[in-house]
Amino acid sequence: MTAILFYVFAALLLGASLFVVLNRNPIYSVVALVFAFMNLAAMYFLLEAYFIGVLQVLVYAGAIMVLFLFVVMLLNVQPDRPRPGLIHPDRWWFGLMALIFVGLFLLLIGQGVRTLLTSPAEGADGMGSVANVGEALFTRFLLPFEIASLLLTVALVGAVFLAKKKV
Amino acid sequence: MVVPLYHVIAFSAVLFTIGVMGVLFRRNAIIVFMSVEIMLNAVNLAFVAFSRYHGNVNGQVFVFFIMTLAAAEVAVGLAIIIALFRNLRTSDISEIRLMKY
Repeated sequence: MTAILFYVFAALLLGASLFVVLNRNPIYSVVALVFAFMNLAAMYFLLEAYFIGVLQVLVYAGAIMVLFLFVVMLLNVQPDRPRPGLIHPDRWWFGLMALIFVGLFLLLIGQGVRTLLTSPAEGADGMGSVANVGEALFTRFLLPFEIASLLLTVALVGAVFLAKKKV
Repeated sequence: MVVPLYHVIAFSAVLFTIGVMGVLFRRNAIIVFMSVEIMLNAVNLAFVAFSRYHGNVNGQVFVFFIMTLAAAEVAVGLAIIIALFRNLRTSDISEIRLMKY
């Protein structure tokens, strides 16, 4: 049952991501990306990463995507002009690069497939709970955690400085 | 029936590739930015999958930091896009070629 749900959410996530990339209207893209992130959160829950799943909904689907939607509406971005083909005529080599990239990636994965595990670790129930992740976060990773807060402060100040009107 | 790790990692690679295609093909700066988010999320999925299958919580802590980074990056990046739009009246990256003027 869990496995079937996993594949269903994976298919939905794939469809939504393709919609984000292939759609012409930025508003539709943003909404599709929110849907994609919700599906990804569901996949995190199925992988028993509960804390990360909640963060995915709160931070990504909530905060970050609202920011995106806000900017799209603020700038009043118009849908792209229709083009004859999906691929821009003088950009076909981008597609070639992407194909080579996929090929190398799959080759790499194919090489490593024998060493990958096929079933989740035993006796690791509740590993992704808030208590468990929080304990690691505030003991072993305390310094990176504090540095992350500094990073957020810098980003906040930088964003305000960049977006404000010229003095 | 259990999902093998191989499937999750392969799916993550496909998702990452969709993000790469978006960055390469699209001309709207905001869509390019959203494609970068898709790539970040593909990596996050791989992290969580490895964390779950190896029974090690460190991967999930790393995902937490990636999310922090993504939030900071989105705030600054969108501010830059707004500043560009205010000066150049466009968010088309094929028309934004110069850092100044």
